[in-house]
Amino acid sequence: MIHTDVIIVGGGPAGLCAAYSLVKQGVSVTLFERNSKLGGQLVKQTHKFFGSEKQYAKTRGFDIAAKLIKDLEPYSAFLTIEKNATVLGIYPDKVVTVMKNEAYFKYQCKAIIVSTGAMEKVLAFEQNDLPGIYGAGAVQTLMNVYGVYPGQSIVMVGSGNIGLIVSYQLLQAGVEVKAVIEAASSIGGYKVHASKLRRLGVPILTNTTIKKAHGVDFLTGVETIQLDESWKTIPGTEKTIQCDACCISVGLAPMHQLLSMAGVHMKYIPEFGGIVPIASDTHETSYDGLFVAGDVYGIEEASSAIVEGYLSGLYVSNKLGMKSEEINSQIADFHQQLEYLRSGPFGKKTRQGLEKIKEARNVT
Amino acid sequence: MLHKTGIPTIEQVKDQFPEQSKLSKPKAIIECYEDIPCNPCETSCPFQAIIIGPDINQQPKVDFDKCTGCTICVTSCPGLAIIVAEVHHPHAIIKIPYEFLPRPQKGEVWHAVNRSGEIVGDANILQTLVSRRQDRTLLVSIQIDSSLVYEVITIRRKHA
Amino acid sequence: MRIKEHPILELIDKEKIHFFYNGEVMYGQVGDSIAAALHASGIKVLSKSIHLERPRGFYCAIGNCSSCHMTVDGIPNVKTCITELLPGMRVEFQSGKGVLR
Ligand SMILES: Cc1cc2nc3c(=O)[nH]c(=O)nc-3n(C[C@H](O)[C@H](O)[C@H](O)COP(=O)(O)OP(=O)(O)OC[C@H]3O[C@@H](n4cnc5c(N)ncnc54)[C@H](O)[C@@H]3O)c2cc1C
Ligand code: SF4
Ligand code: SF4
Ligand code: FES
Repeated sequence: MIHTDVIIVGGGPAGLCAAYSLVKQGVSVTLFERNSKLGGQLVKQTHKFFGSEKQYAKTRGFDIAAKLIKDLEPYSAFLTIEKNATVLGIYPDKVVTVMKNEAYFKYQCKAIIVSTGAMEKVLAFEQNDLPGIYGAGAVQTLMNVYGVYPGQSIVMVGSGNIGLIVSYQLLQAGVEVKAVIEAASSIGGYKVHASKLRRLGVPILTNTTIKKAHGVDFLTGVETIQLDESWKTIPGTEKTIQCDACCISVGLAPMHQLLSMAGVHMKYIPEFGGIVPIASDTHETSYDGLFVAGDVYGIEEASSAIVEGYLSGLYVSNKLGMKSEEINSQIADFHQQLEYLRSGPFGKKTRQGLEKIKEARNVT
Repeated sequence: MLHKTGIPTIEQVKDQFPEQSKLSKPKAIIECYEDIPCNPCETSCPFQAIIIGPDINQQPKVDFDKCTGCTICVTSCPGLAIIVAEVHHPHAIIKIPYEFLPRPQKGEVWHAVNRSGEIVGDANILQTLVSRRQDRTLLVSIQIDSSLVYEVITIRRKHA
Repeated sequence: MRIKEHPILELIDKEKIHFFYNGEVMYGQVGDSIAAALHASGIKVLSKSIHLERPRGFYCAIGNCSSCHMTVDGIPNVKTCITELLPGMRVEFQSGKGVLR
């Protein structure tokens, strides 16, 4: 058994910022990241981010990742980073098991922060398993991390921010984007992203969904169909678009598995994208000393994952008995930032989700 | 329109422009029609000409009397939603953000493109700027026909 | 195919490394995942599904979906999307659940 003060699971923006709050106060942290790189979703984001300066707005995603990693450097005495290390389970008494290079390790700690992020949802349609159909994140990874073309011409399914942003990035890499299709009657993501695409000649087709994929061993095209206002398909409106790649971007779901397995009280909250822990105001779950931050506690944005990360680190240091005026004022500042990030129309889902968590807390 | 296609109406666009007389000097035109949590335009402007306020979801407003047309906000906006425009009949000069290859070169003539992605005329490339501060977003100055000032939003290379 | 130039990313040509795909020599780059190297060489069908034997490519690229399982150096069900390519690796198309040798 290896001992450490705090274990953080997941090295995305939430995990990195949580680590920062802790190591800055001299708490020993061990952070596990199953990937060979730190940064989570940020490493494949080539666009400039929204938000305010405090969350590094107008900086490109991969540069934000580099900055968050660099911020940790001065505190390396307190921080152990294990990459290519997958956390397999969380057991009673804060025992955490980890697999690294085919070897199995057992850790014990005083507090755990789970910041495992999210996974992409899939969409049901005929032949949706054909090679050539990818999740939007996969397309991004392939072109922005490995510099490999996902295809030559592509259809994007879903017009949320991810669908719109990845379409723009595909164009930047030189891939033809034939269309962005969206089942709802209006574009899901920010209109500034939509306008950016539209002026480049990419049609955004609302009230349209994908009916089936064409191809035998590999994708050759997709068949789209229009939907009426009650989401029923309108026969006769089928159209075939030829393409050698199709990208599915229909939302993310929190990566809750470790928490569910640890017996944490969970609840399905559609506004948060799936199953999430019923956590307290200080991000602590029903498992004493187990905290959450970032997309695993409801799908939002990197900006809020960053703030939630810093915050949960501070909450954990409180839990470990560290209290000070400074910590309190930092907590207040981060709260204020989250409030602003969530107060607009795009924050509505998060506000509703948090209400539901509160209600659920009162029941249990 | 905008929420279904990504294309704003001409009225929406015109609302973002100052009266013609003010366009004899370069002015920032912001097309950010939605309450989103974002404010780099405001914080990057050295002349406090853009106002959003403490609630970063508010839409930016330009004070055209303070705006000097310096273009700093153009390459700071993550939504590529800002251009700088000025009119000297019969021409207009607009400065746009651009993030594609190949890069336009001074002296070339490219297509001028509208908000639907259609070609509406010619764009003479006057200058392209890329500094560290712009973080890989190119700033391109183009000269177009002044009648197109409410229409042109980007450029496309002509096929040789 | 590899992206040659990009307006934002600095794509540096990394060192070439060789590997075997179904016994045939192929080349990837240092830092590639196995799936990325195959994709760059035009190999996009990686396995067959267990029951219906339908072709499978990769889907998530972060190790979640198991769509990219292949046999690597004799070990079946390796997630090729998150496994780093190493010189001389023997990568094989996998049908069904794979066989332990
Ligand atoms: C295409 C796209 C565009 C986006 N654009 C924006 C934008 O413009 N602005 C914005 O604010 N946000 C944006 N986001 C959202 C943002 O990237 C995410 O909200 C943010 O990354 C969430 O941070 P996180 O730390 O919670 O999770 P992640 O970044 O997903 O990190 C989680 C990490 O945990 C690791 N992990 C998971 N399970 C384990 C395990 N068992 N053991 C060890 N490690 C594990 C994962 O490998 C990963 O590195 C975008 C997202 C995508 C996909
Ligand atoms: S152009 Fe310059 S002065 Fe005008 S709003 Fe933008 S940053 Fe401010
Ligand atoms: S920076 Fe751009 S996207 Fe953000 S609020 Fe200002 S104009 Fe809108
Ligand atoms: S592509 Fe999903 S696990 Fe590899």
